[in-house]
Amino acid sequence: MAEEEQQDPHVAAKTIIAPGYTFGTVTDQIATVVLTKRTPIFWFVSFGTGLVLLLLFLLAVGLLFVKGVGIWGLRTPVMWGFAITNFVWWIGIGHAGTLISAILLLLNQRWRNSINRFAEAMTLFAVSCAGMFPVLHLGRPWLAYWLFPYPNTMGVQPNFRSPLVWDVFAVSTYATVSLLFWYVGLMPDLATLRDRTHNRFARFTYGIMAMGWRGSAKHWSIYETASLLLAGLATPLVLSVHTVVSFDFTIAIVPGWHSTFFPPYFVAGAIYSGFAMVLALAIPLRSVYGLQGLITDKHLDNAAKVMLATGLIVAYAYMMETFSAWYTTNVYEHQAIWHRMFGPYRVAYWSLISCNILAPQALWFKRVRSNPVLLFISSIVVLVGMWLERYVIIVSSLAQDYLPSSWSIFQATRWDWATYVGTIGLFLFLFFLFIRLLPMISIFEVRTLLPQAKVEEEVGN
Amino acid sequence: MAEFESPTELVAAARAAREKGYRRLDAYSPFPIEELTDALHLHHNKLPLLVLLGGILGGLTGYLLQYYVTVIYFPINIGGRPLHSWPSYIIITFEMTILFAAISAVLGLLGLCGLPMPYHPTFNVPRFALASRNRFFLCIEARDPLFDITQTCQFLETLEPREVSEVAH
Repeated sequence: MAEEEQQDPHVAAKTIIAPGYTFGTVTDQIATVVLTKRTPIFWFVSFGTGLVLLLLFLLAVGLLFVKGVGIWGLRTPVMWGFAITNFVWWIGIGHAGTLISAILLLLNQRWRNSINRFAEAMTLFAVSCAGMFPVLHLGRPWLAYWLFPYPNTMGVQPNFRSPLVWDVFAVSTYATVSLLFWYVGLMPDLATLRDRTHNRFARFTYGIMAMGWRGSAKHWSIYETASLLLAGLATPLVLSVHTVVSFDFTIAIVPGWHSTFFPPYFVAGAIYSGFAMVLALAIPLRSVYGLQGLITDKHLDNAAKVMLATGLIVAYAYMMETFSAWYTTNVYEHQAIWHRMFGPYRVAYWSLISCNILAPQALWFKRVRSNPVLLFISSIVVLVGMWLERYVIIVSSLAQDYLPSSWSIFQATRWDWATYVGTIGLFLFLFFLFIRLLPMISIFEVRTLLPQAKVEEEVGN
Repeated sequence: MAEFESPTELVAAARAAREKGYRRLDAYSPFPIEELTDALHLHHNKLPLLVLLGGILGGLTGYLLQYYVTVIYFPINIGGRPLHSWPSYIIITFEMTILFAAISAVLGLLGLCGLPMPYHPTFNVPRFALASRNRFFLCIEARDPLFDITQTCQFLETLEPREVSEVAH
């Protein structure tokens, strides 16, 4: 017996689902998190933190509406500052969710089944946070609808040759498609909740949201086609979104921005920070809710490997950035890199290099990858590093461009920080609301992982 | 309607019912089963066609919108580029293709499944709530030409189900 018990964690480390689960226990374990009346303290603390920071965000935005963007540290020539840094950071985080739900589905990576639901939710909420910044940064956020082409009495239209307008379309399409994909994935699980709950109100609400899903074989066959098609559509979409975000920079002629390798570099960076966020969310969640049997050490190991791989791509991009600046023989490009490394932003630059290139090298070691605490710390380090990366790209390039007479250093104000931290609050608020009200792991997809789910064909049939 | 405990039993039962000549069959399971789709001959659906049409419509909408705005409605010289500067249109055309295709995939899914459908007779069977947990059901509908309440019940009993129940409707 003792030997068997010792073997258990070893087996769990190698499989994507711990042994001993049945269709019933899987369903109950995931559904209970939502349907129980008892909520763990951890949830109240996290949700409360989110709520407090969300209030801070509302305060900062309220003041912004009254006084204008001058309350941020935006001064000529650095007119993008924190707002665009945060926009790129958040939207990058969202990318891992789509990668897990769409690209890994197409690649038939079945380990994704137990982490795709909350990763998609993370995408959705990260995109919501990202969307705040360009709109608030407009100066007159109440006129945000001017970004879309619509028949108007002013007789003007958006400039379709501008990457900023492309961004409007890319991000709004991304948000819509992510929402649709997430909802389609939820439908069968909402039906499960409808059938499991004893509360009339909950049954009614989940029933309406499940749209009468009853698990019919006819429906499942169409459903499988639909999810494959959506995955096929979301895959090029997710790659295009960060490519378009990088166009915001590369199409401008600012030294340090104007280069052709930004799109792949940005996409890799997005997935890098996104997987860091997946780990930062999954590690505490699985220990609080006792889900180690469903989100196993194998998942953490795989996510860490993806992080390591994309981190190396990002490291390569940093080297190429420096090399190509030197190779251009363009004095402004030389200067841009030189200022980044040894100028006023050197602290941010070298911190980002340590966070994004040096620290993640620890992930080569299996001992680090199998230790959830170390993984959690390294994912936070990567998140900080990726934020610094966008900050350095945006702020240092704008602060010192062609004309030394207009150089100026960016100083973030307390409202810059309040808005940024506030969106983290918005994210936590939405995410923990989701954890409490919807199944955080896709129940029906986990059922398909069980050995019992295989149909045993009789010989000669 | 017969209730089974494993996907293997359900697939075997579905095959047997098809062989017996029943055509108006439906099976209910808590997760998609590839073999069941085979057993019930359900492989063809119109969804890919709908998505293709949605995508084409989206692409045309995106491109023509930009063409109309930049060439006809609001012609303006930007950086000396021609009014019809198609390379700049690629991104939005692409995004609109994806957007329309994705929306038609979801609406197509709902439309082809006949959802939202708040009421369905199967919900009258008390144990049917387990179809979204861990039980597998095979239902022979009364519209089937071979349907006969006693004979069909007897046939379902021969498949060794956990329970056979009648669906009130």
